[in-house]
Amino acid sequence: MKNQALLLDADAIRRALMRIAHEIVERNHGVANMTLVGIRRRGVPLAHRIAANIGTIEGEVPPVGVLDIGLYRDDWEQRPFSNVDATSLAPNRINGQVVVLVDDVLFTGRTIRAAMDAVSDFGRPKAIQLAVLIDRGHRELPIRADYVGKNVPTARAERVYVKVQEVDGMDQAYLERDGKGEDA
Amino acid sequence: MSNTGTSWRIQGARVIDPFRGIDAVLDVTVRDGVFVEDHDPSLPVVDAKGLWLVPRLTDMHVHFRDPGLEYKEDLASGSRAAAAGGFTVVCTMPNTKPVVDIPSLVEWQKERAETLGLVRIWPIGAVTKGEEGKELAEMYQMAQAGAIGFSDDGHPVADSRIMRAALSYSATLNRPIIQHSEDPDLFAGGSMHEGAISQQLGLGGIPAEAESIMVWRDVELVQLTRGILHVAHVSAPGSLEAVRYAKNKGLAVTAEAAPHHLFLSDDAVREWQYSAVTKVNPPLRPAAMQEALIQAVTSGLIDVLASDHAPHHADEKAEPYDKAPFGISGLETFLGTVMTVFLGRGLLSPLDLFAKLTAMPHQVLRQSYAGISPGAAADLTLIDPGAVWTVDPAAFYSKGHNTPLAGATLTGRAVATMVGGRWTMREQEVLG
Amino acid sequence: MKDLLTLEHLSAQDIEELLDLSENLGEIVDRPIKKLPTLRGKAVVNLFFEPSTRTRNSFELAAKYLSADVINVQPSGSSVEKGETLWDTADNLVQMGIDAAIIRHKVSGVPQQLAQMVSIPIINAGDGMHEHPTQGLLDMLTLRQAKGRIDGLRVAIVGDILHSRVARSDIWALRALGADVVLIGPPSLMPDSFRQLSHVTVTTDLKEGLQGVDAIQVLRLQKERQTGGDIPSLWEYRARWGVTAHSLQWAKPDAIIMHPGPQNRGVEIDSDILDSSRSWVGRQVRNGLAVRMAVLFRLLGGAHNE
Repeated sequence: MKNQALLLDADAIRRALMRIAHEIVERNHGVANMTLVGIRRRGVPLAHRIAANIGTIEGEVPPVGVLDIGLYRDDWEQRPFSNVDATSLAPNRINGQVVVLVDDVLFTGRTIRAAMDAVSDFGRPKAIQLAVLIDRGHRELPIRADYVGKNVPTARAERVYVKVQEVDGMDQAYLERDGKGEDA
Repeated sequence: MSNTGTSWRIQGARVIDPFRGIDAVLDVTVRDGVFVEDHDPSLPVVDAKGLWLVPRLTDMHVHFRDPGLEYKEDLASGSRAAAAGGFTVVCTMPNTKPVVDIPSLVEWQKERAETLGLVRIWPIGAVTKGEEGKELAEMYQMAQAGAIGFSDDGHPVADSRIMRAALSYSATLNRPIIQHSEDPDLFAGGSMHEGAISQQLGLGGIPAEAESIMVWRDVELVQLTRGILHVAHVSAPGSLEAVRYAKNKGLAVTAEAAPHHLFLSDDAVREWQYSAVTKVNPPLRPAAMQEALIQAVTSGLIDVLASDHAPHHADEKAEPYDKAPFGISGLETFLGTVMTVFLGRGLLSPLDLFAKLTAMPHQVLRQSYAGISPGAAADLTLIDPGAVWTVDPAAFYSKGHNTPLAGATLTGRAVATMVGGRWTMREQEVLG
Repeated sequence: MKDLLTLEHLSAQDIEELLDLSENLGEIVDRPIKKLPTLRGKAVVNLFFEPSTRTRNSFELAAKYLSADVINVQPSGSSVEKGETLWDTADNLVQMGIDAAIIRHKVSGVPQQLAQMVSIPIINAGDGMHEHPTQGLLDMLTLRQAKGRIDGLRVAIVGDILHSRVARSDIWALRALGADVVLIGPPSLMPDSFRQLSHVTVTTDLKEGLQGVDAIQVLRLQKERQTGGDIPSLWEYRARWGVTAHSLQWAKPDAIIMHPGPQNRGVEIDSDILDSSRSWVGRQVRNGLAVRMAVLFRLLGGAHNE
């Protein structure tokens, strides 16, 4: 038996992404020399939405790149084989740019570590920033998000799911735990 | 039970004696190494109820590799394999190192076999010196020393002029030329039958015609010379046609088939995934050709069954397919294979089947043997016709464990072999 | 998937997944820093018993772009002449910690035999006249990029089909993916049993064979075929089966040209079409790298592949 708890509904997600867009513009004093990079899979539509929000705020939509970190994982030997999607990052959008990584959930930090390695292979950014819809804690690396939709304290064994319209047909974030409660 | 001695009373066996055309449950008495008529109650009794008794099982085509290639097989290990397989006579092919092309080597092989005392060895001498196909070997001298026939087996006698001379000698020697039929040019580069499977696996193909072209040529040369030709290991439909033509013409042409060509098709090459245990010359043929060969044996067009026992070292057979040597270690599966094919499918009576391993090879080789008759050497095999067994090459007496029959289930097996009244094998254990 | 030995035994789905992965890895070739950490700490051996610079280079770069360490072994001389078998050579490498072996051998079946003996992944880089699966995959990827699909295409393979491992891998993959195959070549170099294959047409007539095809794979003609007695002369071969601007008009107007290389310009194919916009030969080479990265990642990536 599984228990689910709603974290964000569609409206809450929409508001969070708008707030993140404002914060990005404010922190960087505009959108000049900025690239958003969505991390496959659900980070990609979130990046596009943030970029669109920035467009309504600033009148200029920053470019969005796509990154699959499958080739940079440090744990693939422990996981079954999974396919890798296409990455599209133009080096001239990385060198000297502010790169804002966008992902749905920040957990151990290993995905972001891999994403920073990948971005570095395409060039030398002026800065890398991180935007996530949900930060659920339990970091294993010294990584923190610059923009957070919602901080959610969780137990390690709990699972956080984000669904987005473009992939899943709905916008929603929820927490799931096994019926027995937490395992240690 | 003691196994020593040369006098026995074998009771209750179904006696299948193709030399005399007998198939009946009889008691058989052996005294001092020969069959006798009387019923001496003092002799040790062997209870053979439920078993078959066949005299003088003969395999007229084996490679014992001795002298020179003893790492593959030697006369001792080959003889043990023959005894284990139920055979009392084998004819050894001369492609040793050096080649058996002089009388002293023929004599040496016979003497060595007598010392070992496990199987009668009737050596076959080479047709040409060194099996090089260029100059005739001393056939008269070798015949005098005991060569039973002549062959360059492993290679064909490709030169038509040499083959013509050899066949003309064979008529005066009253001994056959045993031809390994193969057109060297069509054969070149091949390692399995040329057909759908070779073309999918990308292995060099040997067309069936590489064999049959040479059989047709030899049949024509027999017409020219009135010689005696025995076609070894026939596998191709065209060869069967040539043999049929020759027999209809009344020519002295006989033919043999090998058990692996009757039991397996070239599908085995695919199933064994490029393991060279399936590599044999002539190659395993497609199922339709396999069936045609079975029919030719059944109809009597093929006179003799012979194993073409060709042991090789495991290292050689582990080579890539194109490089590994041809050959299957066949003595210890021969009987079970042909019993499974012909008796299992009810194609031949036991008497007709065993004729091809007894009376027919004697006829082809012009040797006389009276079967189970007073005074005839007591060479016999006890066979369990219902024994169902799985082939395990590790248990072979032969040094060669190379067989694509590994793991196959066969029905019928020799359980005891006697040569000259002496047991050479009892219950799968070779004595000596 | 433990090994990549043949395309004959892969399903359409297996092939398509490998093509998708190859497609997604293709961009690596264009990166300023072509060094991904994916296979860091993995050791791969190029075991080439038959000389080949192109294929070996492609595998070597693919492995290096993914950070695997690569050694090249050409065991023609030393160890083999000392009596060491190829299985000894392989076992030695396994004992030294090699994680995968890429093998080319002039005898068909050697990669299959090796795969049964060792537990590490074996990649067939061409065995005798049997298969060259990564070439087959890169040809499929090229076709898919050029035509947007493979299902329903009509693809001609021209040349010495009998001795061609490329032809075999292409035939199996094209049939699996729903294409029709036309085999065109001299009668002495055509495996007659291929006439019985479904979705395969066999002809000795170039004009007839090229009618309505979407793509032409031109095979290299080995010069030994003339000395070996299979064809009368290279000149006659060219006159009858050479793919030229003239013969190209028999194919569809948008038909593309492929060649596994290296090309004998002026024999099986002419320079003007090889260098024309209809030639996808350069893309084939590029795709070769993507396919080989994908295969290495597929076989070495992920927890125990069954």
